[in-house]
Amino acid sequence: MAPATSPRSSSYADDAAGLGRGRAAAFVAPALVLVAVFLVFPALWTLYLGTTDYRLTGVAASRPQFVGTDNYTTVLGDGEFHRSLWLTAQFVLGSAIVGQTVLGFALAWTLRDRTGPLRRLVEGLVLLAWILPGSVIAFLWIALLDRDAGTLNALLGTPGTAWLLDHPMACVVVFNVWRGTAFSMMLYGAALGNVPPSHLETARLAGASTWQTLRDAVLPRIRGHVLTSLLLVSLWTFNDFTPFLITAGGPDHRSEILSVYVYRTALGDGRLGFGAAVSLIMILVNLVIALLYLRALRGRSA
Amino acid sequence: MAGIALRGLTKDYPGGVRAVDGLDLDIADGAFFALLGPSGCGKTTLLRTVAGLETASAGTVRIGDADVTRVPPGRRDVGMVFQDYALFPHMTVADNIAYPLRIKKVGRDERHAAAGEVAAELGLGTLLARRPGELSGGQQQRVALARAMAARPKVFLLDEPLSNLDARLRLEARTFLKRLQRELGVTTVFVTHDQAEALAMADRMAVMRDGRVEQVGTPAEVFRRPANLFVASFIGSTPMNLLPARATAEGIEAGGAVLPHPAPGVTDGELVYGVRPEYLDGSTEPVEGAFEGRVAVVENLGSTSLVTIDTGRSDRAGELVHVVVGEGEEPEPGTSLWARPRPGRALLFRDGELVGGRLEKT
Repeated sequence: MAPATSPRSSSYADDAAGLGRGRAAAFVAPALVLVAVFLVFPALWTLYLGTTDYRLTGVAASRPQFVGTDNYTTVLGDGEFHRSLWLTAQFVLGSAIVGQTVLGFALAWTLRDRTGPLRRLVEGLVLLAWILPGSVIAFLWIALLDRDAGTLNALLGTPGTAWLLDHPMACVVVFNVWRGTAFSMMLYGAALGNVPPSHLETARLAGASTWQTLRDAVLPRIRGHVLTSLLLVSLWTFNDFTPFLITAGGPDHRSEILSVYVYRTALGDGRLGFGAAVSLIMILVNLVIALLYLRALRGRSA
Repeated sequence: MAGIALRGLTKDYPGGVRAVDGLDLDIADGAFFALLGPSGCGKTTLLRTVAGLETASAGTVRIGDADVTRVPPGRRDVGMVFQDYALFPHMTVADNIAYPLRIKKVGRDERHAAAGEVAAELGLGTLLARRPGELSGGQQQRVALARAMAARPKVFLLDEPLSNLDARLRLEARTFLKRLQRELGVTTVFVTHDQAEALAMADRMAVMRDGRVEQVGTPAEVFRRPANLFVASFIGSTPMNLLPARATAEGIEAGGAVLPHPAPGVTDGELVYGVRPEYLDGSTEPVEGAFEGRVAVVENLGSTSLVTIDTGRSDRAGELVHVVVGEGEEPEPGTSLWARPRPGRALLFRDGELVGGRLEKT
């Protein structure tokens, strides 16, 4: 297929990059191998493990038996799993959807036409929570909430209050709101930049309240951003493991969200097959969440 | 129905930019008023301050009998059309027009009836169920107008109403706006940087520069008797000839010619002689009291041509003088042309301000 005018072209293929199938495949191969080894294989392995009684130690570790759907029926009938699912729902609704999204939007809206030191200070602090490593901020929060020498008790004048023991779920929710608000704030900040000032001013001229302005001029414009942000934040929060670093799922499993539950059953109790089954259920829940949002997004363009 | 009165109006932006500088202006009830000026002159800021979208740093804004300087925009009873029309894309035309009424908590049926009525006035009756994205530029503009009209405000404010339309539509919209304003009789202020637009549409206009008003008057006054050199050079589709001049015993000397003095008695100060190219009569024969020069460029304007002559001679560098000549009278480049100012059409400026010429009242 080489053009007649170009004698050297025999060594070049006629695709856009001039590579040809063979060389193109060679370039892509390392990435594909990495994806296969670290993503596809573990996923398939988990699928397989979920159907066995594979354990970390003991007889079943060396000779796992195929148990069919036993793990799944056990999980779905397990009260601890039900509680964990309910805690995860609280965690996602409270910290991701209500907390991060509402607070992030409120910050972005308040700061939208502010400039100067105040804005930079708020943005800097919020971003700091976002970029610090999880282990570091977990330590910071433990120090903040500590019963005997905690900063919060010193500030509130409530010495001896064991926040992490008395309100573990609330602590984890507030912690995650604090940690993840930056993403929503930045995303909504960029989205609000897309709302033409004249639309906001049209609302102002008509005498609209803040709520009416948001309803008529802003939200219809940034609906796609809102849905995308909600999708990402819900999935991240659903799978988040950082709360484990603060409460370790306790006390008495009262903050044991699903990711922690999987960790405890698979590695703590050593029931790898069982943990794999729970993981698969988590993936299915993620898929459902993603499909719901994608459907809402598509409804917009229709 | 209400006039607008501005007193000492000043708008400072953070960072020390003064967009409007101690401005006094009266706009009569029912007037179609143009704010004209180059970009950055503060005309849009002035309009937005009247609307209440910007807060005045000093001075007062009165609409009708009320001092509205500190009144939020929603309670000033003004309707505004933005340059980009600012129609809500997710609402139908009817909902867009009814929007201000919806905010004012007018019932659904009542506000749709009102929207239908306004839409019919503007020839939008058949488009009520469409969305803005399905309309042409001209239709979108009329929807924006209809929305501004829906709440029957005391004052209309239009920000660059024609700038988003293509050239042919612009003429149509100009006529349409002028007729509509006359029919409604509502005080209307519009901002433009296009002097032709201001001259064509407005009853009265203010020419602005650097946050100040340079001249207020009817388009005819501003065109015929520009108050200063800035207005003289800004108004007119072909720029006015402005030549440094010197008073002599015989009259006034400018561009190498001795011409009749437009303002006898004015001899001192830095004088500038001004005459519009349209008011110069070109002649290929020598004429007394006329600019003489070699034709440098001939530009076809359609029914007329703009001829640029160079009044320089071998012994002195000259100025360029623009002359408008009729169809079929275009001289050849390189030939000599004499350009005689029509009596009573020339102006004289001293230190930048108009001192004489055109004594007849308009």
